[in-house]
Amino acid sequence: MKIGFSADDEVFRAEVAHWLAEHLQGEFAPLRFRGGPGDEHSFPQERKAWERQLADGGWIGVGWSEADGGRGLSLTRQVIFHEEYARAGGPGRMGHIGEGLVGPTLAAFGSPAQKQRFLPGILAGTQFWCQGYSEPGAGSDLANVQTRARLDDSGEHWLISGQKVWTSLAHEADWCFVLARTEPGSRGHHGLSFLLVPMDQAQIRVQPIQQMTGTSEFNEVFFDQARTAADNMIGAPGEGWKIAMALLGFERGASTLGQQMQFHNELQEVIAVARRNGAARDPLLRQRIAQAWAGLKVLRYNSLRMLSGPQDGSLRREAMIYKLAWSTWHAELGKLAMDVLGDEAEVLEGESYQLSRLQALFLFSRADTLYGGSNEIQRNIIAERALGMPREARA
Amino acid sequence: MEFAFNEEQLMIQDSAARFLAQASDSHAVRAAMARADGHDLALWQRISDELCWPALMIPERFGGLGLGFVELAILLEQSGRHLLCAPLFATTCLATPALLLASNPAVQDLWLGAIASGATATLAFASQAGLEADSVQALAEPCDGGYRLRGSYVHVIDGGQAQLLIVAARAPGSQGEAGISLFALPADGAGVVRTALPTLDQTRRLARIELHDVQVTPAQLLTEAGQGWTLLRDVLHIAAIGLAAEQVGGAQQALDLTLAYTAERRQFGRTIASFQAIKHRCADLMLQLECARSAAWYAACVAQERLDPAGDAVVAGELSEAAATAQIHASEAFFNSAAESIQLHGGVGFTWEYDPHLYFKRARASEQLLGSPALHRERLAAQLFGESL
Repeated sequence: MKIGFSADDEVFRAEVAHWLAEHLQGEFAPLRFRGGPGDEHSFPQERKAWERQLADGGWIGVGWSEADGGRGLSLTRQVIFHEEYARAGGPGRMGHIGEGLVGPTLAAFGSPAQKQRFLPGILAGTQFWCQGYSEPGAGSDLANVQTRARLDDSGEHWLISGQKVWTSLAHEADWCFVLARTEPGSRGHHGLSFLLVPMDQAQIRVQPIQQMTGTSEFNEVFFDQARTAADNMIGAPGEGWKIAMALLGFERGASTLGQQMQFHNELQEVIAVARRNGAARDPLLRQRIAQAWAGLKVLRYNSLRMLSGPQDGSLRREAMIYKLAWSTWHAELGKLAMDVLGDEAEVLEGESYQLSRLQALFLFSRADTLYGGSNEIQRNIIAERALGMPREARA
Repeated sequence: MEFAFNEEQLMIQDSAARFLAQASDSHAVRAAMARADGHDLALWQRISDELCWPALMIPERFGGLGLGFVELAILLEQSGRHLLCAPLFATTCLATPALLLASNPAVQDLWLGAIASGATATLAFASQAGLEADSVQALAEPCDGGYRLRGSYVHVIDGGQAQLLIVAARAPGSQGEAGISLFALPADGAGVVRTALPTLDQTRRLARIELHDVQVTPAQLLTEAGQGWTLLRDVLHIAAIGLAAEQVGGAQQALDLTLAYTAERRQFGRTIASFQAIKHRCADLMLQLECARSAAWYAACVAQERLDPAGDAVVAGELSEAAATAQIHASEAFFNSAAESIQLHGGVGFTWEYDPHLYFKRARASEQLLGSPALHRERLAAQLFGESL
């Protein structure tokens, strides 16, 4: 067990910082500190162009193996990259679903042909992905997916029908990975398959959802006999649940460190407000600010633990608590930001419900404890899978 | 960077867990609690002679094993888990780090060698409750080429039985961080009066120590006279980190007791562990526990760099922040785990016979021992807002 950075690591850190400072300029300057959670609707085209810049610099797939076209960087270097990216105000990544979820899933379960087909587009920053899991009737009970897929008569295409919901970036994505029922009459997690579906077709309709923030990051996605080639399935028919669950494990990868640096930037803003308006002298607010600081440190240590173990998508103790840990922490930061702002918190920056970053944080962090498995579902998972307590009754 | 245990560390963890599961089971803990001195000397001899735990972190040139603070933290997690009644914490987390950071080779030679062979030791510094420099009120008056020590110390951890005392005392007329010196002295010397204090947590003993004109020589100084505060402050941070590791072990065991009991206990025709109300509370306990564990491990790595003369100075610079972060999380995780253990055991959780109360009392004592969570938060806040404490 060893923490800290070597002199060589510091050279790498300087290289990353230098590249970012040099490239977050000109057309990309307005993107600094933009596009994060709660702000994902901002500058989509510019952020896609930024992805291509990142790709040119070799900064996509830094943690992927070299065999998969990545750079195979050590954990330490990945930590450094994500820290410097957030420190420089690197914009919220349009490519994170492809890089962080689809790539590792293909690396683990994809065929050589699938890897060859999909990995280069992710690495080049030219193909963007969205996630088709939740449905109106399959939220916490994700295994209740009703979207259906069947092979057409020629056997060359899957035809997909149904509705997905809470799909971030669906309107900006080229591809969607869809959990669909391929075995008619099957129930629960049996008979599900994991399909890769091109978004650019008339049989798919994307409908934005206006959220309590007033903005729309999430969408409903309607599939009406949407098509994808027969070989665009990861794993075999019926293996969809296994792959879907493994993918959720990859969600807890090195990108968590980048997320934490965004949290760090938000907390620094709260601290700056507290200094400015005198909240720093309030004994109770001081305690909460310090608690938030210590809590964020611990999220980082948790990530370092997760990343130091085998990266096979398995969920160890520290990974099982991770979602509950960060979502709870972040929602509390949102409330703390409002309490530190005091009276200022109530007045908006402008008409049309224009929120400041801290106001957006307060509202948007209420989604954090819901999406990707609500806190209640997380507690079930922890109790049943980590603590070995009896499973909930299932219909 | 590699934030996971290596194979040797996992072996240390495993062998300590197996040893303590027998040597410090509930029966042994209760027997030690009932003794006047609070621990079983024969057990301490096995720990020092057979297992060499006190020698673990002491460099080989002083007769130790030359391992680091991370290995010690692994042991402490297990000793906390089994409520080990022995002067392990005071000896390894208070006295040993003070001696390791000392700049006087003669004092290191004498006492690190003694600890490696089983001598028990502790640190006495505060004449009034508190962890700040002002708490050091005992006086070191220059006298006959040495010093005469006078004053009293409250709540000295395992101070009733320790064979070696590291004491802090200040130059007459000095204030704050200036003028503080640290001395090593045998606890049975003339003028040392020790009074064991009855404690709410019977698994760890405290004592009051008085020094009545105890004569010491400059050879007993740990560092240059009057320059001891930095060392003392860092030792208290390091000890807080060791304590956090212990607390994590305690929290783990309290949760394990709860899981075992709720899996057996049946009401309404089913085990109570199957009720979501109970599952979710246990999940929250595990969340706090794993956060505390991450914080304690990380802080142990920081302490290791601070104690190593060739350690990474940047990492060592995180000592106060890492100690505060570990204490905040470990104290709350342990207390909540122990309190919930009583609640989820139901009525039997309130009895003397079942173990949850032992953990509950240890948890409360531990969260006060080296600074409450509120104190550690206030320290962090002062650091964040750039104030000097």
